[in-house]
Amino acid sequence: MIVRILGEGRYQVPEADLPVIEQLDDVLVDAIEREDDAAFAGALADVIGEIRHSGTRLDHDDMRTSELVVPHEGSTRAEVAALLAEG
Amino acid sequence: MSVMKRMSAIMQAKANKVLDKAENPVDMLDLSYEKQAENLQKVRRAMADVTTAKKRLELQAQQLQAQADKLQDQAKQALSQGNEDLAREALSRRAGLAEQLQSLGTQHQQVETQQQQLENTATRLQAQVDAFRTKKETLKASYTASQAQASIGEAVSGISESMADAGATLDRAQDKIAQMQARASAVDELIDTGALPDALGGGGDDIQRQLDAASNQSQVDDELAALKSQMASPGLPSGSTPPAGSGDTEGAKP
Repeated sequence: MIVRILGEGRYQVPEADLPVIEQLDDVLVDAIEREDDAAFAGALADVIGEIRHSGTRLDHDDMRTSELVVPHEGSTRAEVAALLAEG
Repeated sequence: MSVMKRMSAIMQAKANKVLDKAENPVDMLDLSYEKQAENLQKVRRAMADVTTAKKRLELQAQQLQAQADKLQDQAKQALSQGNEDLAREALSRRAGLAEQLQSLGTQHQQVETQQQQLENTATRLQAQVDAFRTKKETLKASYTASQAQASIGEAVSGISESMADAGATLDRAQDKIAQMQARASAVDELIDTGALPDALGGGGDDIQRQLDAASNQSQVDDELAALKSQMASPGLPSGSTPPAGSGDTEGAKP
C-alpha cells in the first residue's frame, strides 16, 4: 500500500503493517473528536515513525497515487481539523 | 472516519481541481508540468522567506538574552547593596524575558521544521519535474500512436497528487511564516517601545538608576563619615573654615 506523508513523500508500506497504522489512525480520529492536542500530536508522530520505519521510499518517477495521506509532521490537531473541514 | 483516508480524498480533490482546466489528456500533461514547475518556484521563494524569519528570530533571541544577562547582573549588584526589593524586581523582569525567550525557542524549532519540509518538497519536486518532463513526451507520443489514455491518466493523477502535496506544504509554510512575522513584529514593538520595560534596553533603565542612586548615596555616606571623623579629630580648631578643603590641602602637602 502506498502512503504519502505530506511535505515528505510517498512510501510503500507492507500490508502486514496496516493494522498498526489503522489503529493509530483511530487514535487520530478520536483525538480530533475529543480536541485532545497531546494525544493527536503523539499519534501523528507515532504513525509517521511507523511508516518511515516499515515503509520504503518510492522513486520520483513512480507515478502511482497514494491510498492514505498523513498530515505534515508537526501538524497540530487544529490545523488538521481545519484541513479536513475544507474537504 | 479515517483521518488518512479523508486527507487522501482532499488531496485528490485539490489535484483534480488543477486539472479541470485541461481539455484533453495531452493538455493535462502540459498543464501538470507547468504547474509543477510553478510550484517549484514558489517553494524556493518560501524557503527564502523561512530563512529570513529564522534569522530574525535568532536576532531577537540574542537581544532578549543580552537583556536577561544584564538583569541578572543588576540583581547581583542590588543584593550587594543590600536592596533585596530591587534585586527581586530585576529577577522578576528577567523571568518575563525568559518566557519570551522560551517562546522564541519554540518558534525557532517550528521554523526549522518548515525549512526541512520545504527543502524536502523542493528536492522531490525538482526530481519529479525532471522525471515528468521525459515521461510526458513519451506519453504524448504513445497517446497519438495508440490508446494510452489510461497511462496518461495514471501519470497525471500521480503527479497532481504530489502537486497537491506541494501546494498544501506551501500553504502551511506561508501560514507559519505569516504567524511568525506577526509575532516577531510584536516582539520588535515591545523592544522599541520599551513595553517589556527598561529591561529591554533603550530608554531609561530604572533599575540601573536605582542602583546608581544607591551607590551614589553610599559614596555620600562615606564622605560624610570621613568629614565627621576629621572634624571630631583633635588638633583641628573648631569652627575653622571649610573642613573638607582644609583637611584635604593639609593632607596633600608633605
